[in-house]
Amino acid sequence: MNELALAVPWLGKRNPQAARWVVIAIAIAAPMIAMMFGRTWVRVLDFALLYILLALGLNLVVGFAGLLDLGYIAFYAVGAYTAAFLASPHFDVHLPIWVVLPLAAGFAATAGITLGFPVLRLRGDYLAIVTLGFGEIVRIFMNNLNYPINITNGPQGINSLDPIMLFGWDLSRNIQVSEDLAINSLFLYYYAFLACVAGSILFISRLQVSRVGRAWAAMRDDELAAKAIGINTRNMKLLAFSLGATFGGVSGVLFGTFQGFVSPESFSLMESIAVLTMVVFGGMGNIAGAIVGAIILSALPEILRHLAVPVQQALFGHVLLDPEVLRMLLLSLAMILMMLLRPAGLIPANAKYSHIRYLKAKGVTE
Amino acid sequence: MITLLEARNIGKRFGGLQALSEVSLTIRKGEVYGLIGPNGAGKTTFFNVLTGAYTPDGGEFVFNGAPLPSGKPHLVVTQGIARTFQNIRLFRELTALENVMAGHHIRTTAGVWGILTQNKHTVEEERLTTERAYELLKYVGIERFATATAKNLSYGDQRRLEIARALATEPQLLALDEPAAGMNATETGQLKHLIEQIRGDGITVLLIEHDVKLVMGLCDRVAVLDFGRKIAEDVPAEVQKNEAVIGAYLGGGHKHAH
Repeated sequence: MNELALAVPWLGKRNPQAARWVVIAIAIAAPMIAMMFGRTWVRVLDFALLYILLALGLNLVVGFAGLLDLGYIAFYAVGAYTAAFLASPHFDVHLPIWVVLPLAAGFAATAGITLGFPVLRLRGDYLAIVTLGFGEIVRIFMNNLNYPINITNGPQGINSLDPIMLFGWDLSRNIQVSEDLAINSLFLYYYAFLACVAGSILFISRLQVSRVGRAWAAMRDDELAAKAIGINTRNMKLLAFSLGATFGGVSGVLFGTFQGFVSPESFSLMESIAVLTMVVFGGMGNIAGAIVGAIILSALPEILRHLAVPVQQALFGHVLLDPEVLRMLLLSLAMILMMLLRPAGLIPANAKYSHIRYLKAKGVTE
Repeated sequence: MITLLEARNIGKRFGGLQALSEVSLTIRKGEVYGLIGPNGAGKTTFFNVLTGAYTPDGGEFVFNGAPLPSGKPHLVVTQGIARTFQNIRLFRELTALENVMAGHHIRTTAGVWGILTQNKHTVEEERLTTERAYELLKYVGIERFATATAKNLSYGDQRRLEIARALATEPQLLALDEPAAGMNATETGQLKHLIEQIRGDGITVLLIEHDVKLVMGLCDRVAVLDFGRKIAEDVPAEVQKNEAVIGAYLGGGHKHAH
């Protein structure tokens, strides 16, 4: 939260306290503003929050622990399919979200450890290749486990997942407050997701300033030296993989139940790369970077989708470039420009791993 | 005097190169023990075997009367042996303070759940770790750079920070791999002072060093390695007169040794 407040342009450095309130106000008001432009935009915001959750989790693995993971979307898939198995007509099991969520988190964490063990000795490119393979294996499994026994329903995916029920509220239905005032379901999801994101930010920022966060950072900066001060790098890597995967699993459940439908094509390699791009674009190794990267890179393509066709028609009279093609082009261009101009990302990591306030009495300031 | 560390017939081979053969030595509690030898004599290999970075092919280490686990660096540190590196290896993106705090990792116990809930134990431990790290920075004389990023410190200060980080693991034996390398005379003088201070506080020091003046002025006893073998072990004054040692340094013919 502090990092996020500091990242607010101009105000952040001058008055962090005010900046913090600005961030909170924007977060709360965002769907109402988006609603003025239409329901699609609230939906875009809902997805942006899911991407933030994913980016936060991946940032834990890549940014903090320095383990380049290109198969992160696999954990998202594990979460989404757990929800599909345990809360849909597919197996006719309908467990409440309070059971599905911890189970999915547990499965994803287990998947994280399963991936973690064989790659303990790998670093950098080699690690990236193996994790990429892992991500593809999971997707291909989901795609093909419909024969001889139908488990995942193959490429067709699983339909009509149970919506999230919170304290008796069905998040997928609009709440009729009065005759002419209804709270849209998209808003309900937005605030539920926002709560998840807020909790995650709190958890991760606490982890960051702790012996675990420092051990990860140490391992990332110099693995040999980390071993030489007694850090058990094996356990720390497994912890990073499993905690990161947990975030992926949780957002997978939210994604599945929000969309009401899961299929293997949502978990392609491109999705993994998209989340990694968000982390790198925003700035690796800091919470604010992951969040800003996720917001920008999940909202921009949508804006583009709405602008590309009318703008091209106005300019050329017909559509030259499909929005989807344009999206990839612009994403790549953004990444190239980023690497040239701001290689450390939009918000370069200036992560704190200690609380200086403990040394106030000794006259130490930042 | 009490024996702190005993190396028994340590051997290590890299392919066709016998880097260490049958090296035995005894380090006593409270002394500064020097390990010298020409380049390639096996000093750093000995360090790496001792601290668990390599597994020895033969022999064992006995530390405080119990055998040391081999090939498990983090367990060796837990037993009470800390090291620094010949080429400085700091956590570059962390501040000086955080580097030392990371060094305290094995002496702390907070788990993920405690961190998530910020329970009393975790908060108290974090506060103590921070304060202790600051004290250690003060101890090595770089507390004014506490919040500076490690990569931005000067060379001499990086060396000091590495020692502070090693001390944060609360070692009984501090193994320094060429701490004076690349230092000027003033910095070496300050380093000597620091090592004496560390010994004064009851920590045994194992020192690999090329700076003969520093070794002779600081060490209680010195062992000399040459081609992976120990050729001498004695007080500095005697080692200086040892013909095998002079031969090793000057290359075989030791007639014109002076």
